[in-house]
Amino acid sequence: MSETDAIPEFKKSAGGDSEVGITNMSALTSGPGIKSMGEVLAIVLVAVVIIGGTELLLNIFAVPQYVLPKPSEIAVALVTDFPFILPHLGHTLVELFVGFGIGAVVGLILAAVITQFPFAEKIITPYILLLVTTPMLALVPLLILRFGFGYEPRIIAVALAAGPMVMINAATGFRRVDRGKIALARSYGASTLQIFWKVRAPMALPMIFVGLMVGSIFGLLTAVGAEMVGGGFGLGNRLTSYSSMIQMPQFFAVVLILSILGILIYVLFFLLGKKYASWEA
Amino acid sequence: MTAGDSKQPKLRVRGATKVYNTRSGDLLAIDRCSLDVMDGEIVSIVGPSGCGKTTLLWSMSGLHGLTSGEVLLDGKPVTGPNPEIGMVFQEANLLPWRNLDANINFPFEIKGTKPDRVWIDELLNRVGLEGFGGRFPRELSGGMQQRAALVRALSYKPSVLLMDEPFGALDAFTREEMNRLVEEIWLDTRTTIVLITHSIEEAIFLSDRVVVMSPRPGRVANIHEVPFPRPRSLEIMSTKEVFDLTNAIKAEIVGTQQSRFPSASAQPAQVA
Repeated sequence: MSETDAIPEFKKSAGGDSEVGITNMSALTSGPGIKSMGEVLAIVLVAVVIIGGTELLLNIFAVPQYVLPKPSEIAVALVTDFPFILPHLGHTLVELFVGFGIGAVVGLILAAVITQFPFAEKIITPYILLLVTTPMLALVPLLILRFGFGYEPRIIAVALAAGPMVMINAATGFRRVDRGKIALARSYGASTLQIFWKVRAPMALPMIFVGLMVGSIFGLLTAVGAEMVGGGFGLGNRLTSYSSMIQMPQFFAVVLILSILGILIYVLFFLLGKKYASWEA
Repeated sequence: MTAGDSKQPKLRVRGATKVYNTRSGDLLAIDRCSLDVMDGEIVSIVGPSGCGKTTLLWSMSGLHGLTSGEVLLDGKPVTGPNPEIGMVFQEANLLPWRNLDANINFPFEIKGTKPDRVWIDELLNRVGLEGFGGRFPRELSGGMQQRAALVRALSYKPSVLLMDEPFGALDAFTREEMNRLVEEIWLDTRTTIVLITHSIEEAIFLSDRVVVMSPRPGRVANIHEVPFPRPRSLEIMSTKEVFDLTNAIKAEIVGTQQSRFPSASAQPAQVA
């Protein structure tokens, strides 16, 4: 009843369209667009100069491969060793998808439920903050002791890293109550559930996307980190293995794959945000 | 639902009293307000800021309950949101993630009924929004947004329209245009309208009666009949009768508000 009995005169300061703009989705939805062929040319040119320059400098100063491999060597390693790296990429993706999926679903549900009960939120928030700020990698040795060297400890670590990130951002979204719009829905006789699905959830969507993006990047970091701690498969395991054998081109090829993976995650949420949350930008 | 000249008022407010329990103690917002609105009538409510106008209107809409007293629609008590009542708020309150069509469909989605496209298209035509169905609220001007909100409120054919300072956020010209639009729609549909406004001019232009409320706790201080024929042209609106009525209402509001000054009636101060 607290919401229904609020003094309506106060609704102007509490609501209105201005409130919607607090969080800025522009980082996600309004990246710089490419405007002309000239710009494309400049971007390609800079890339060529950087990669070619690195190649040239490494050649001139005869930098040994174990210090820094040449871009061409990395490219060759990427192509020739890719069939061998591919299953490891698959393992990392499984850990990421399953762990992030579990974390995101739990995080979203918790955020949606908790924001309905301000008192519960006050009690739980410190623990969520604790989960957000504690590097979940620290738990991996313990998880390995308990669950062995399979997928389980990694998936748990990914879920623990991604979930709180999703939750804390989604909660920020769900907390953005616009009294005017809720009153509007209620004037049509909307139920609490209808208000949630048709007003609160869409209003929280931009922040949910931010949470999903940050959470999935954190999940990727945690997955690779956990693979480096123990177990015989995954891209993180490849990194420790290649570096211990001083196979630097292969090592950097894996780093390159991880970078591309990170960029793909970013682009995915960028596009999703553009499609479903651009009304806010 | 019976239209016409039945004796029973369309909307009846009896002894409406609302107390808010705030942290700094109980706050009496409105105190024993009584008001009858006849079928097809337009009634405006004016009064000083914070006098409980909105509280009274929200009680009429069933958006919140009363501490004591009751609201009757066609003789039946209003205890919650009612499909016979349409509400227009100060902000257009369009959902920014829906385009115009989807915004107008919103009440039907909530109610689980099918929108009457013929009627909606007619309304859109009337307010000059035909062909804007695919536009998003941010692509519409403030006046267009408020017109869309009006269409949304009328789309499901409520028999009573409650408007909470509907045009307060618009510039003066757009506001006059909107007033004309409301008059035009009313002449067509004869929907009962209760309107809160800060503009006495708007109140007189639109209403059959103007209710003046006292400062908090809000009580019905006076009710003025507005006897001018419709449609109310610029000529009618610039007659001495309108001028006198405007000043009388203004004096009442300002008088009750600034009674500490020696000659309150000589202060035609701006009532914001």
